[in-house]
Amino acid sequence: MRRLINQHPGRGSALALGVLPFVVLLVLYVFASQMRLADNPDDKLLPSPATIATTFHNYAFEEDRRSGNVLFWVDTWASLKRIGAALAISATLAMLLAVGIGVVPRLRALLSPLLSTIAMIPPLAILPVLFIVLGLEETSKIALIVIGIAPCVARDLALRVGELPKEQIIKAQTLGASTWQVILRVVLPQLWPRLIDAMRLSMGSAWLFLIAAEAIASTEGLGYRIFLVRRYLAMDVILPYVIWITLLAVLADLALRLLRATAFRWAEPER
Amino acid sequence: MATVSVRNVWKEYGAQVVLENLRLEIADHEFVTIIGASGCGKTTFLKMLLGMEQPSRGQILIDGQPIRPEPDPDRGVVFQRYSSFPHLTVLENVMLGLELKWARFAGRLFGGARRAARASALAMLESVGLAHSRDRYPAQLSGGMQQRMSIAQAVICRPKILLLDEPFGALDPGVTADMHQLILKLWAENRMTIFMVSHDIQESFALGTRLLTFDKVRHDPQAPEAYGARVTYDMRLARKTSETRTVGATA
Repeated sequence: MRRLINQHPGRGSALALGVLPFVVLLVLYVFASQMRLADNPDDKLLPSPATIATTFHNYAFEEDRRSGNVLFWVDTWASLKRIGAALAISATLAMLLAVGIGVVPRLRALLSPLLSTIAMIPPLAILPVLFIVLGLEETSKIALIVIGIAPCVARDLALRVGELPKEQIIKAQTLGASTWQVILRVVLPQLWPRLIDAMRLSMGSAWLFLIAAEAIASTEGLGYRIFLVRRYLAMDVILPYVIWITLLAVLADLALRLLRATAFRWAEPER
Repeated sequence: MATVSVRNVWKEYGAQVVLENLRLEIADHEFVTIIGASGCGKTTFLKMLLGMEQPSRGQILIDGQPIRPEPDPDRGVVFQRYSSFPHLTVLENVMLGLELKWARFAGRLFGGARRAARASALAMLESVGLAHSRDRYPAQLSGGMQQRMSIAQAVICRPKILLLDEPFGALDPGVTADMHQLILKLWAENRMTIFMVSHDIQESFALGTRLLTFDKVRHDPQAPEAYGARVTYDMRLARKTSETRTVGATA
C-alpha cells in the first residue's frame, strides 16, 4: 500500500470527489427543509427548493409591480457596474503605485510609509466619511472598494517588483535601457500576471465592501436586496442571491485564471 | 578600443576591507581571467567595473575616461544566473538590446526597423547555435543554452567590455568545453575586452591572455577584516583562438 501522499486520484475520481461535498450539502439542505416544513408549513428559515424556484422566477423574469423593473437583473447590473469600476480603478492605481515604489528609490522613500499606513485603515470605519464627503451615490460605494483593496494590491505588487532578480535590472541597463524602458520592457510585462493573481485574491474583499456599502445606503444592488428582504426573513430571496453572488465571483476568478494562462504562457508553471 | 586603467582602487564596507590598492593597466582586446578563493573580492571587482558598486578610493578609467557610476551599454555582462528575461522568447531576448537602442520611447520596434533587428538577432542566434530554439522561453532551455542566449544578448549590443561572472560555473563539463569555443570565437569576431571571473583554474589558463589571482596577503588573526585582497599573480598568457584545443577539452 502506497503512502497517502503518493496516491493521486484519476481525472474522473478527482471530479467526482470535487462534486461530492456540493451534493452532500444540497441533500442535507433538502432533508432539513422537509423536516422543518413537515413541522410547520409556514416556516421561513429553510424554504423548499420549489418555493425558492418560484420566488427566483418572480425576481428574475417578472416585472416588479411597484417599479416595473425586473429586480434581479437591475440589482445584478448595478452591483456589477460598481465592482467592475472599482476593480478597474484599483488595478490601475495599484500598478502605478507599485511600479513607482518598486523601481524608483526616491518614490519608494516618499510613498512607501504612506501606503503602509493607508493600508492599515479599516475601510468600513471611514465609510461614513465617504458618505459625508462623496454623497450617497455611486462614487462613495466605488471609493470604499478602491480604498479597501487598492493599497493591499499595490503593496503586494511592489513586493513582487522587489523580487525581480537584481541581475535582470542590471542586465537591462547594460543593454542600454533607461528607467522608462526598464519599466516598459522588464518590470511591467512581468507584473501583469502578478496583478491578475493579486486581483483574484482581493476579489473576496471587493465583494465584502460592495455589499457593505449597498446594505447601508442604496436603492438597488445585490447587497441592497439581501438586506432589504432580511426584514421579512425572506430566505427564499436571500439564498438565490447569495448563490448568484458566489457564482459571479467564481466566474470572475475563472476568467482571470484563463486570461493568465493564455496571455502569459511564460508565467505558467512547467507541467 | 577599450583599455582599462585601475588606479589605486580600494573597496571597503565600513571597517571591512575587501580590496586594497589595485593597480592594473589592461590593454585593448585582452581576455582577462580572474581567479581566487571565494570572498576575496573577485565579484566586487567585477561589480565596480560594471558600475554596480563604486570604489571607496581610487578610480577606474575606460579609454582614459572615468567609468560612469551606473551600468551602461559600453559594458555588457553575463551573470551565472538570472541574466535573461523570462517573459521574452529567445529571439526577443536577443533583440531587446537593439530595440532599446533604436526605440528610446516605445522600447519596441515596428515595421522595417523591427525586421532589421530581427534579422541581426537571428544571425547572432545562428552564430551561437540557438537558431532552432528561437521561439522558446528561457525556462524551457537547458543551463548551457540559457548562457548561450545571455552571451548573444550581451554581444549583439557590441559592448567595449564584456564582463563574465562565473558564467559556466553551473554547467556540465562537456557543455563548458563548447562554451569555451563559443566565447573565444565571439571574442575574436568582436573587438572587445573580456573580464571573466572563474573558480576553475584550468578554464582561466585555457581562455585568458592575462590571468589575475586575487588573494589576501596580509592577515591579522585578531582582526580578520582589517586587510583586503590584492592581485597576487599577474600572468600574461599566449593568445588563444577557437581552433586551439583548450585545456578543459583535453583534460
